[in-house]
Amino acid sequence: MTTKRRDFLAGAVSAAGAAMTPDLSHAHGHPHDHDHAHQVVPSDLTLRVKALESLLVEKGLVDRAALDALVDTYEHKIGPRNGARVVARAWADPAYKQRLLANADAAIAELGYGGQQGEHMLVVENTPQVHNMVVCTLCSCYPWPVLGLPPVWYKSAAYRSRSVIDPRGILREFGLELPEDTEVRVWDSTAELRYLVLPERPAGSEHLTEQQLAVLVTRDAMVGVAKVMLTTEGASA
Amino acid sequence: MNGIHDMGGMHGMGAIQHEKNEPVFHEQWEGRAFGLSFAMDSFDKWTLDAFRHQIELIPPAEYLRIRYYEKWIAAYIELMIKGGLVSRAEVESGIPAQGSPRMKPALPAAQVPAMIASGAPASRNVPASPHFQAGQRVRTRNINPVGHTRLPRYARGKTGTVERDHGVFVFPDTNAHFLGEKPQHVYSVRFTARELWGEQVAPRDSVYLDMWDDYLEPA
Repeated sequence: MTTKRRDFLAGAVSAAGAAMTPDLSHAHGHPHDHDHAHQVVPSDLTLRVKALESLLVEKGLVDRAALDALVDTYEHKIGPRNGARVVARAWADPAYKQRLLANADAAIAELGYGGQQGEHMLVVENTPQVHNMVVCTLCSCYPWPVLGLPPVWYKSAAYRSRSVIDPRGILREFGLELPEDTEVRVWDSTAELRYLVLPERPAGSEHLTEQQLAVLVTRDAMVGVAKVMLTTEGASA
Repeated sequence: MNGIHDMGGMHGMGAIQHEKNEPVFHEQWEGRAFGLSFAMDSFDKWTLDAFRHQIELIPPAEYLRIRYYEKWIAAYIELMIKGGLVSRAEVESGIPAQGSPRMKPALPAAQVPAMIASGAPASRNVPASPHFQAGQRVRTRNINPVGHTRLPRYARGKTGTVERDHGVFVFPDTNAHFLGEKPQHVYSVRFTARELWGEQVAPRDSVYLDMWDDYLEPA
């Protein structure tokens, strides 16, 4: 039985084309989209990727410094703080908000953002009547220039499967209970359009500057699974 | 293809696992895998659609078991082999084949910022007349191609309303298979939640999908 299962998995892997033999002892028997639960580095993956990197560098296909630059850019330079600046500007400047909703690419470019996986942007506005949330049921499409790379939950089977059939249930898991008469709009990113939710400006924030507003805006609010609160708790999410 | 990747509407995938202060990459290999993928894209040997389809070819049990960037690595190995950039023997041994020519990186470090900033637009500035217009009722085709498609199963054979015309874009169903870009209009189409899921869902909720001309017919 054990042999059979190993054979099946090994066959599946070679059918998938993963040419390197995976260490099947690392099969946990449960979906792996929640990577973060695992604290121990699976050495097979570390070694496999290292081996691949070495091969590509040795063949002259890859410039190692380019990899360093790519990792550094997405770890430190491109992330949800960009989107937060866009949202805060829209809250503070009604003319900017109009431009943002009418032509998101140009308005986002005004703040210096754009490019990879944000070539065609749309901004959808939350109001007391309408709540927007964004998903990619088919893979993991996400507006990189304004939000960075997607978090694990956004890429998870749980979110991708249920957000379109039970958005209110998903929102409840994020701690957001919407009134029945609020219209929920789910945007499934099936094409190359990328969506940013413009959250509602929190009540009582009238005295805040644009910079102070930006601090309040969370990634989750810009995906549409949270509201923006006056406290900065969770603003890093 | 009717694969495991097409998850919209499935049950049983568990609760949302939300991690506070989540790092961009959980382990170093994830960042390296991400970077390698980007760097190899610059050879222009495949398309983003081909990459997505390569991931869809991972068998369902594997797809659910392995990690996100592990899927990328598996897909890129296949794309690189098909693209003639590496051989399977090289990947297995980790050593360049004897006598193989030394190549030049397609993405030198100095070009990384420009490459990120320019992106790779999928829109095309070619004449293509739209088959539909905003406000029009449309029905999605009931198609079940074995190849790549961006028309999810849950939205096939459903009636909705065109909300806006996004313009002309490459068509993934052909582009993923190197059968041409077939540029055509893409629309934002609104489907009521009840049209998709029946009477048990909230009456005013809706799902918007971006649909190509070839996915739609007049309703």
